[in-house]
Amino acid sequence: MRRQEVLKDIKERFKEDIIDVFDKSSKRVYIEIKPESIRKVAKYIFKDLGARFNIASGMDGREDMEILYHFILEDINLLISFRVKLEKPKLEIDSLVPVFEAANWIEREIHELLGINFKGHPDLRKLLLADDWPKDVYPLRRDYKEWDKKAIRDRGV
Amino acid sequence: MARTIVPIGPYHPLQEEPEFFTLTVDGEKVVDIDVKVGYNHRGIEKLSEAKTFDQSTFLVERICGICSTSHPFAHTRAVEDVIPVEVSERAKYIRTIIAEGERIHSHLLWLGLAGHFLGYNTVYMWAWKLREEILDAMEILSGNRNNYAMFKPGGVRRDIKYEDVPVVVKKINSIVPTLEMLKKAVIDDPVLHARTKGVGVLSKQDAINYCALGPTARASGVARDLRKDCPYGAYDKMQWDMIVTQNGDVFDKAVVRILETFESIKIIKHCLLKLPKGEIDLNIKNIPPGEGIGHIEAPRGEVFHYVRTDGTNRPVRHKIRAPSFMNVPTFKATVIGQTISDATIILAAVDPCYCCTERMAVRNIKGKKLYNGEDLVKLSQEKTERMRR
Repeated sequence: MRRQEVLKDIKERFKEDIIDVFDKSSKRVYIEIKPESIRKVAKYIFKDLGARFNIASGMDGREDMEILYHFILEDINLLISFRVKLEKPKLEIDSLVPVFEAANWIEREIHELLGINFKGHPDLRKLLLADDWPKDVYPLRRDYKEWDKKAIRDRGV
Repeated sequence: MARTIVPIGPYHPLQEEPEFFTLTVDGEKVVDIDVKVGYNHRGIEKLSEAKTFDQSTFLVERICGICSTSHPFAHTRAVEDVIPVEVSERAKYIRTIIAEGERIHSHLLWLGLAGHFLGYNTVYMWAWKLREEILDAMEILSGNRNNYAMFKPGGVRRDIKYEDVPVVVKKINSIVPTLEMLKKAVIDDPVLHARTKGVGVLSKQDAINYCALGPTARASGVARDLRKDCPYGAYDKMQWDMIVTQNGDVFDKAVVRILETFESIKIIKHCLLKLPKGEIDLNIKNIPPGEGIGHIEAPRGEVFHYVRTDGTNRPVRHKIRAPSFMNVPTFKATVIGQTISDATIILAAVDPCYCCTERMAVRNIKGKKLYNGEDLVKLSQEKTERMRR
């Protein structure tokens, strides 16, 4: 019952920001929103609806770069994934760290693996990759060659 | 004011795992912490894109040696969510049994290590002795002490035989009295109180802000447990309690884990005795294009898997999020302001995942013979058979 109300509330409140809603099953909803409104939407669902931030997952598509922000509303068992599509080559989006601290590490990870810049992130250092990892080589991008000769030689392997 | 930097790592001397803490201290007080991870980055997400769905179930099992079931559990649920499909009742019960057995041994392992970190080696010895019984029970059920390889998309790979059930129940029952004693010994011990009460407090506000998971969150009064919130497996088929405490210090984290062990024993016994009849595998053949999310409550918190498919037998994207990824950043909230001597146990209190397992060689003292891999496999199979009898 409350599931419908929550979804209706989100749809009405962010009418201009939502591009598409895909109601997959009783427990999963995928909502595509405009990249510039992510901070607004995340703030509402985290602070006002009391959702928990699961994680964000980035993916390199053919035309655009995609980030999914997964939030879970535990009291009604509903997982809402907000999808944003970033046009190549301008890969920039607002950081969510000012809203909640939990986004800190995952944004660093997406930054180094996919090369997406998070505006307003306090500390965009490398998280998983080595400090001497070559610049502008992003392992999770489609054009990355797994045994990139340059990358390996630079690391001295 | 002069400040000193104390490095711990890159290979942690006690936790025996590669991570690097830089503690900035002012006198005895910790004023800042920086965590560096990535020394063991294996690129499993990328590797998984080159494996079929059946193969990557085994790949993700190798992410962690301790919570080796939680990753395949979440992964198979993600693949099933793509289709979407529900597995059979019997498969759900078997999955629950394996997952809970893992929770018991993981919590006991942490309890032992926590005692060891505090210099209280009696707790360490007792907890690990009890853990051994659980590992034996898991070996009877699955053939392995760890890395059970029981999961596959659509069900489980191996059935539980009815004749094994009494043996396993007996083994599990046998640890309960000792565990009761250990619980009292830990909860009432004045030395442990002095070392852990009020130490490394994670406030409820911080637990929500950092999205802490599992026992770390539940010790801070955040009642979140996926087994209750988003029931999966057979967890909604029986009565059990979610353990929540309010103080958020190291002591409460230990209490949550100890009490949860008893709940897990309750769940595992119920599942074993009420195991329904039926098929264990749906034999999924095709995975349609789409995306799926699988998340389950591992011993340390929620494990989250996201799978995107394009109709082939390999994923286009496979995102894995282990619970420690959310729990380790809470150090910033817990360790600052504490003394350096307490830092060790605070940094261990979230139970950061031990992702490395060691290799071994066995020597027979009488014959001075070094076994090779084949002999070891044969020996371990013989041992499993011996225990089953």
